Amino acid sequence: MGIVSPGFHGRRRESAVQLPPGQYLTEDFPVLSAGPTPRIPEEEWELTVATETGGQYRWTWRELLDLPFETPRVDIHCVTKWSKLGTDWQGVSLDVLLEDVETAADFALVSSYGGYTTNLPLEDLLDGQAWIVYRYDGEELAPEHGGPVRLLVPHLYFWKSAKWLRGIDLLTENEPGFWETAGYHDYGDPWREQRYQGD
Amino acid sequence: MARAAVPGRLTWRVARLAETRRETDTARTLVFDVPGWPGHLAGQHVDVRLTAADGYTAQRSYSLSAPDRVELTVQRIADGEVSPYLTDVLGIGDPVELRGPVGGWFVWRPDAGRDVLLIAGGSGVAPLMAMVRARRLAGSGARFRLVYSTRTPGDVFYADELRRPEPGLDVAHVYTRVAPEGWPRPPGRLTAADLGDGPPDRDCFVCGPTGFVESAADLLLARGHDPRRIRTERFG
Ligand SMILES: Cc1cc2nc3c(=O)[nH]c(=O)nc-3n(C[C@H](O)[C@H](O)[C@H](O)COP(=O)(O)OP(=O)(O)OC[C@H]3O[C@@H](n4cnc5c(N)ncnc54)[C@H](O)[C@@H]3O)c2cc1C
Repeated sequence: MGIVSPGFHGRRRESAVQLPPGQYLTEDFPVLSAGPTPRIPEEEWELTVATETGGQYRWTWRELLDLPFETPRVDIHCVTKWSKLGTDWQGVSLDVLLEDVETAADFALVSSYGGYTTNLPLEDLLDGQAWIVYRYDGEELAPEHGGPVRLLVPHLYFWKSAKWLRGIDLLTENEPGFWETAGYHDYGDPWREQRYQGD
Repeated sequence: MARAAVPGRLTWRVARLAETRRETDTARTLVFDVPGWPGHLAGQHVDVRLTAADGYTAQRSYSLSAPDRVELTVQRIADGEVSPYLTDVLGIGDPVELRGPVGGWFVWRPDAGRDVLLIAGGSGVAPLMAMVRARRLAGSGARFRLVYSTRTPGDVFYADELRRPEPGLDVAHVYTRVAPEGWPRPPGRLTAADLGDGPPDRDCFVCGPTGFVESAADLLLARGHDPRRIRTERFG
């Protein structure tokens, strides 16, 4: 137990659900990003997946919409301590997207319009754990929440769910992304409270 | 985006409140003694952890508002869990736990050399004030403009310090609800005109509530600022 701050009792907002350690519930949808919001017209949007052997796969906005979609309802956890429960999304499972991609890579470095990057083990993007989403709560995904398309990996802290998704590089070696290079945890499991390096 | 600095492993340290200053009716600056503090850059923040007698804990992030001491400026949120404790209950000598400094992106380094535009909304001025103070401390010749939006003149943090003339620092207040009598600008939200007419080749730092940051960053983009030179921090 930490040292006690005299006179601090806390609010102890009891909730029926269990949250990851250090998190509190929020009802609104806070926005966090390192710079201004990029605005990418849908006609100009495209997604590239590049493999470790130089293979390239591409989807335009239209092609993305033609893929079978799912409507995940998931809890999300931001490293700045808010958690939001039961958020509704629509998008394409990475299992569908990566189905025909030939790779032996273990890592993914995800990149965004605007230059943001974040890294994940490839296995965390597969088996029904991750989507690329273009609708939130029944509406088109707003630019400040990553529209037209963002990644959604709800079992990791939300900085891994890169907004304004543009590309996924499949790599045989792990390469830290933007926040990971700035001292944030490489993996970012909210349930193990992996906020910063060394956690 | 450029890569940011890599801090080492972050450990929790015991901080004791050494001094407090009143900023407004609802905000206080807290100065802490933190043995072993490694130092920090202007713009970084700390995580504060409070622990109750029964072991319950709460954590929040606060920007460092001075470059050379562990100073936080906390705005009391009436129904908040942590900020009212920090502003009203924590007494001189009382302990809290801190870890940091955190964040290597939203920082100003005195050797950067370029002119700077700072845009603050409410308590978002805290990390920007650390930059203003770091500039002074380093004797930097970089020109700074601080555009500081508050509801009323009574909500301005560091009012005396910002009123003192300082060569190379230009401070513009934007009041959204109530302006002082005779103030040339009618109360209202930040507009492009408030950003001044300096050239857009400056490093911009924008900090405040999400909606404010979003609209200020959009104004900067519309004025031709390079998105790679605009850094934002949102207090949620
Ligand atoms: C990087 C960073 C730097 C920051 N720097 C500063 C700074 O320098 N100065 C500063 O004053 N603040 C700063 N903040 C904000 C700060 O971290 C806290 O968010 C702020 O002090 C409020 O905390 P609190 O515990 O008092 O309020 P909270 O208890 O978190 O409540 C905040 C609001 O959320 C509502 N709320 C909370 N829980 C619920 C719930 N379950 N359901 C519905 N509503 C709820 C409350 O009613 C209240 O209106 C910073 C934030 C970040 C991310």
